[in-house]
Amino acid sequence: MSKLTMSKAINEGLRACLETDPKTLIMGEDVGKLGGVFRVTDGLQKDFGEDRVIDTPLAESGIVGTAIGLALRGYRPIVEIQFDGFVYPAFDQIVTQLAKMHARALGHVKMPVTIRIPYAGGIGAVEHHSESHEAYFAHTAGLRVVTPSNPDDAYWMLRQSVESDDPVIFLEPKARYWDKAEISSAPELDLHAAKVVRPGTDLTLLAYGPMVKVCLEAAQAAEQDGHRVEVVDLRSLSPVDFATLEASVKRTGRAVVVHEAPVFMGMGAELAARLTERCFYHLEAPVLRVGGYHAPYPPSRVEEQYLPDLDRVLDAVDRALAF
Amino acid sequence: MTVKSTARARKKASPGVPDSLATGKDAPAELVQLLTPEGERVEHPDYPLTVTPEELRSLYRDLVLVRRFDAEATALQRQGELGLWASLLGQEAAQVGSGRAMREKDYAFPTYREHGVAWCRGVDPLNLLGMFRGVNHGGWDPNEKNFHLYTIVIGSQTLHATGYAMGITKDGADDAVIAYFGDGASSQGDVNEAFTFASVYNAPVVFFCQNNQWAISEPTTTQTRIPLYRRASGFGFPGVRVDGNDVLACLAVTRWALDRARSGSGPVLIEAFTYRMGAHTTSDDPTRYRANEETEAWKAKDPISRLKAHLEREQLADEEFFAAVEAESETLGLRVREGVRSMPDPDATLIFDHVYAEPHALVAEERAEYVAYAESFEGGE
Ligand SMILES: Cc1ncc(C[n+]2csc(CCOP(=O)(O)OP(=O)(O)O)c2C)c(N)n1
Ligand SMILES: [Mg+2]
Repeated sequence: MSKLTMSKAINEGLRACLETDPKTLIMGEDVGKLGGVFRVTDGLQKDFGEDRVIDTPLAESGIVGTAIGLALRGYRPIVEIQFDGFVYPAFDQIVTQLAKMHARALGHVKMPVTIRIPYAGGIGAVEHHSESHEAYFAHTAGLRVVTPSNPDDAYWMLRQSVESDDPVIFLEPKARYWDKAEISSAPELDLHAAKVVRPGTDLTLLAYGPMVKVCLEAAQAAEQDGHRVEVVDLRSLSPVDFATLEASVKRTGRAVVVHEAPVFMGMGAELAARLTERCFYHLEAPVLRVGGYHAPYPPSRVEEQYLPDLDRVLDAVDRALAF
Repeated sequence: MTVKSTARARKKASPGVPDSLATGKDAPAELVQLLTPEGERVEHPDYPLTVTPEELRSLYRDLVLVRRFDAEATALQRQGELGLWASLLGQEAAQVGSGRAMREKDYAFPTYREHGVAWCRGVDPLNLLGMFRGVNHGGWDPNEKNFHLYTIVIGSQTLHATGYAMGITKDGADDAVIAYFGDGASSQGDVNEAFTFASVYNAPVVFFCQNNQWAISEPTTTQTRIPLYRRASGFGFPGVRVDGNDVLACLAVTRWALDRARSGSGPVLIEAFTYRMGAHTTSDDPTRYRANEETEAWKAKDPISRLKAHLEREQLADEEFFAAVEAESETLGLRVREGVRSMPDPDATLIFDHVYAEPHALVAEERAEYVAYAESFEGGE
């Protein structure tokens, strides 16, 4: 495949799902003629019809609740939530029903529902369009949670998510929708594998989704100061590939977790705790965290000051190295 | 293998009601109208309205100024002064008619498009632009003009309006509330729960649905198989469909509904049948989903030209009046442009400023860390 933007890569991934499995359906608001507000479903209704690419009424609880029913009937719904902040009306269905159905039925039913959500900030949007709510989902047993950082992962991780027999929350970093890259001809990794995207020896930056790019830039900048920083892209937030993380941190002895979501009770807290347990004698410094504040996502004119950037990541790198 | 469709060969679910009824094309008899698109005054037996020439001129002025403010905001978005704008173009009469029906102590709960209602409530138009510029998430004091903050999450505010109305009942007051929402919002659970609560508690709330025919790219038929105003009967209160481009009809019906509510007779659903003449927001491209002819057809029902035609044919306003309104709209435009351009960016500490009403240790700690961090750059960059 030629170089694709992340949004086009997901579009191609959806197309492949619709082509290969007649039970797959796309459901969401404005996913038909409009092709979604980010054009991720562009052209799919035209090619696969209104029975498979469904413009739903404006009701997220309804969308997810009926997706559960369709799954019970043997379908494989791929749900689009228009923006991160609008998943909450569906939160009840996701947490109390979708996540638990398989367990409650003692394995007799499966819930192959993929919920795609454009998430995180940095695009100058109004309220409710920039949220990072991954921790809520990762905290919920029964849900798998993944987030690609680049077009190739977006394509293949989407396909793997749709193939999964469990519900998958598929978080799309909307600020990266327009990044371009080559799509490989086969998936390199398992859906839940983490990946070392830049090798280093002095410190490990752990990131996912929108922050992988920022961490790669930080690692490059740190090199100018003589620090060789490794970057690990988590890709999957539930389950987390701790083996890959542990191997990296044992090698470097230092770790900094970076995410947009608030630090307090965020993914970083879990990663820091587990890595401390697993790598205690290898650590030269406490696992540090860089992320959002314990505050609502701010108005766009100050979002730059809220979001972790190169400087804040480097500041944490320096602090970890100084221990 | 390419699979185009899994639908079995059977007829599409029968709608029960023809699409044309849901969209209202076959339902003129249901539509309350007091002013025809040609500007002719007609009477409706249930909604009599006496308006003085002075009041008519005042409504005209509102409509023109609101449209001008909206056009100015759209232009400011194009110039990069606003991040986004949700235009009310075409919906001026629905908003001004209902807004002017309210008493001072009544309370309005808007969506994100009720700029015309805000105008009627006396909210400074510049206040509305803060969130679209990205300097705040609302910013005004809702209690100053009894105009709540804009709500982006579709339908949420209808429950707040209902709860507020329940409070009015508890207080033994005779105020009333309007909950604004759209045709798309009518599908949300929150809106249907608001209907239930309002009905069960007989709350003094008027549900004012602007059916502007579209929820972004989805036509009203994606949300409903019956005209929206008829939903009310299932919840146990009256529903009325009013010509949303007729400011007099919107005024009369809303006044009736508010008075009914304040006298203890409970909620009413008003469906203002109107049209979103512009894009959903400045980020939207309606050419992808709707035909130009449809928009053109609605132009003939324009809310402002029909009132103007009425004023002219009845000789209730002269050239001088129209010129004065025009001049006033120029002044408003200028004030809005200058006001927006000089709106300062907030200090980043705003992030921490109002998270809680009472001190919170974590917020205080993170604020101090942020300030120290930011100061470490001062002069260094
Ligand atoms: C809960 C929720 N879901 C989705 C959205 C995204 N969204 C913003 S406006 C809109 C359409 C609203 O249509 P309607 O209620 O008819 O109001 P209108 O915009 O036409 O005034 C959608 C889907 C949202 N803001 N909130
Ligand atoms: Mg609408």
